[in-house]
Amino acid sequence: MQSKTMEVGVGIFVAIGIAALFMLAMKVSNIAELATTGGYTLKARFENVGGLKVRSPVKMAGVRIGRVAAITFDDKTYEAVVVMDILPEFSRLPKDTSASIFTAGLLGEQYVGLDAGGEDRFLGPDDEITLTQSALVLEQVIGQFLFSKASEGN
Amino acid sequence: MTEALRRLGRWGVRFFERLGRGSIFLFQVLVALPSLLPRFGLAVRQVWSIGVRSLAIIVVAGLFVGMVLGLQGYNTLVDFGAEESLGIFVALTLVRELGPVVSALLFAGRAGSAVSAEIGLMKATEQLSGMEMMAVDPLRRVAAPRFLAGIVSVPLLAAIFSAVGILGGYLIGVGLLGVDEGAFWSQMQDKVDLKDDILNGVIKSVVFGFVVIWIAVFEGYDSVPTSEGVSGATTRTVVHSSLAILGLDFVLTALMFD
Repeated sequence: MQSKTMEVGVGIFVAIGIAALFMLAMKVSNIAELATTGGYTLKARFENVGGLKVRSPVKMAGVRIGRVAAITFDDKTYEAVVVMDILPEFSRLPKDTSASIFTAGLLGEQYVGLDAGGEDRFLGPDDEITLTQSALVLEQVIGQFLFSKASEGN
Repeated sequence: MTEALRRLGRWGVRFFERLGRGSIFLFQVLVALPSLLPRFGLAVRQVWSIGVRSLAIIVVAGLFVGMVLGLQGYNTLVDFGAEESLGIFVALTLVRELGPVVSALLFAGRAGSAVSAEIGLMKATEQLSGMEMMAVDPLRRVAAPRFLAGIVSVPLLAAIFSAVGILGGYLIGVGLLGVDEGAFWSQMQDKVDLKDDILNGVIKSVVFGFVVIWIAVFEGYDSVPTSEGVSGATTRTVVHSSLAILGLDFVLTALMFD
């Protein structure tokens, strides 16, 4: 093997390897999202977050506008505090926006759904969404249903 | 009874003796690595023979592993109406596990064995002693370039394996089975994390490459200089590095992903 052809071959190999890594980063992973900066965070308190996890989507009108950044527990009010990273282009959320926790499909993952209110002032960085609705816990719903059925019977 | 204990003890002593020799050898090779800088051509030549020439098997294996993942994943997911998650399934499986592990196993079989046999034969035909006579340090001339080439090649091969595998899964999933193309890529991008998944996969393959090439070069260097000894060293390279890859993979997975 001639030294020059060999070096060219090695060069091509390294280039293909780096291209593969580049493809994994650009096409497969979430790098596009990591690259966007300048977003802001919002907080919301829930009585029950159900199966919500960090990195779950935050949606408005079905469009993903951010992600859950952290879920902590407030030991004074016994509520869950959900911190959400909102993408910078969605900076015009009304002050009286409400947040609920929904499930995508019957068995799907849970996400935070935001519903726009009517106010003309907007939520700013680190603001808190006060109108919240907890996750639907299936056992509680069935329990309530059975309870109401039983009381109807009397 | 005492005989069995003695045998166990002898095995233990031998094991630790080899481990110690291997570690000293590793240290010497690492010290010899900087001397490669003025003679970089040596390492390039080794990247050619152990990296570039492993490319074909890696690409073919990656393509087929990806296609099988596409088929099997689809058959399972379609029962739950979740076939659009196929992209996540294929990408996470390849990037986290199969890419680094299978490419390192193939590398051990394709290139590790060759390195052991080559160095073992050099030793058996007294080429290594010949170098020493000419005041050429065989660690610098023979061991270090191969070591560096292995560490450089394996992560690149693993990345190529994963990328080709995802394309294979795409071909089967989207091309043959009719999964929606947009959902395939967008769900994948939604769930695969650059740091948690891709970077950890690369770290895995760097560790595997280090271990495989260490074992391969050491076994060759430490082999008994007879034809039997060389064949034993080659076999041990493949067996030990495969076991090391699988064992380390478990440990790394347990540490990285919770």
